[in-house]
Amino acid sequence: MQNRAAPAWTSDHFFAGARACIPVAISVAAYGVVWGVLAKQAGLSLLEVMLMSGLVFAGSAQFVALDLWTATPSTLPIGPIILATLIVNLRYLLLTATMRPLVRPGTEKRSAAAMWLLSDENWAMTVGEMAKGRGSIAFLVGGGATVWCAWMVATVFGRLIGSAIDDPTKYGLDFAFTATFLALLLGMWKGKADLLPWLVAALVAIISAKLIPGSWYILTGGIAGSFAGAIAERRRGYAHQS
Amino acid sequence: MLTSPEALLAIAGMLAVTLAIKASGLLLANRLPQTGFIAAWLRHIPGAVLASLVAPAVATGGPAEALAAAATALVFVVTRNLFAAMATGVLAVFLLRMALGA
Repeated sequence: MQNRAAPAWTSDHFFAGARACIPVAISVAAYGVVWGVLAKQAGLSLLEVMLMSGLVFAGSAQFVALDLWTATPSTLPIGPIILATLIVNLRYLLLTATMRPLVRPGTEKRSAAAMWLLSDENWAMTVGEMAKGRGSIAFLVGGGATVWCAWMVATVFGRLIGSAIDDPTKYGLDFAFTATFLALLLGMWKGKADLLPWLVAALVAIISAKLIPGSWYILTGGIAGSFAGAIAERRRGYAHQS
Repeated sequence: MLTSPEALLAIAGMLAVTLAIKASGLLLANRLPQTGFIAAWLRHIPGAVLASLVAPAVATGGPAEALAAAATALVFVVTRNLFAAMATGVLAVFLLRMALGA
């Protein structure tokens, strides 16, 4: 019985994903360098940069962790850093849930472990493949491998040149994150039905970011926008039936 | 300075919560329906989350950030190239901040 994920099938999808994510990996590298530079200023050692990028592998959570990091170990707020990571990464609950249709029966554990390599970028590429009727966990993992390498190399590089760049905002590098996510968002446009959930999400996120400290705006905007989209879809569904 | 026990503990904790979230999202989704309201909600989550990530950064920025975001969007719509869009955004924000003195 070799019906589940024959090697050739898996490696084909893996390398397709790895290749497809090269353009987004370049963007990841751009803000990876920014993170590395900021990590130097926050007092992370080279080893700590490698451990955090290589193991945690979550850009936005790592940016938030830098805000809390202290150069002296005795004052390091371990609890708040872990809690902040939990909050910022809660959205991955929603992202990995959308990978569910790709899980074949009997591969749940392996697929759940593979979610470690899910980042916003290879997730978006995989969702794009799914929209065309393709996409697989192997494609996601291949893309994740490319993104992981880019993130690792870029953050280490940024940490090493950190002492030379005094202010990343002077070179516009802080905008790499926003520009990348904006382009990823536009790539998801499927039609007018997306307009309402995106506008609701943007509005709620902007208001939340002003009122609530931290990264809650990602969660409040994401939940409000997606509910708005689902409610609108159900109303249209009823209208079609009548 | 190589590292410290405190730093290792913080990184291990970050790893543990991240893995737990990523794995449980996939496993919990197995119990959710694939059609109907919940499925529609799940379908709309990705775009809504990305919109929430982007909107405050653009809204709280000045005219340089707003114009750079518009340039990023224009380049992406025309070229469908993520890197070209990102590079345009960074270059635009760099030049606009200089030009506008912000």
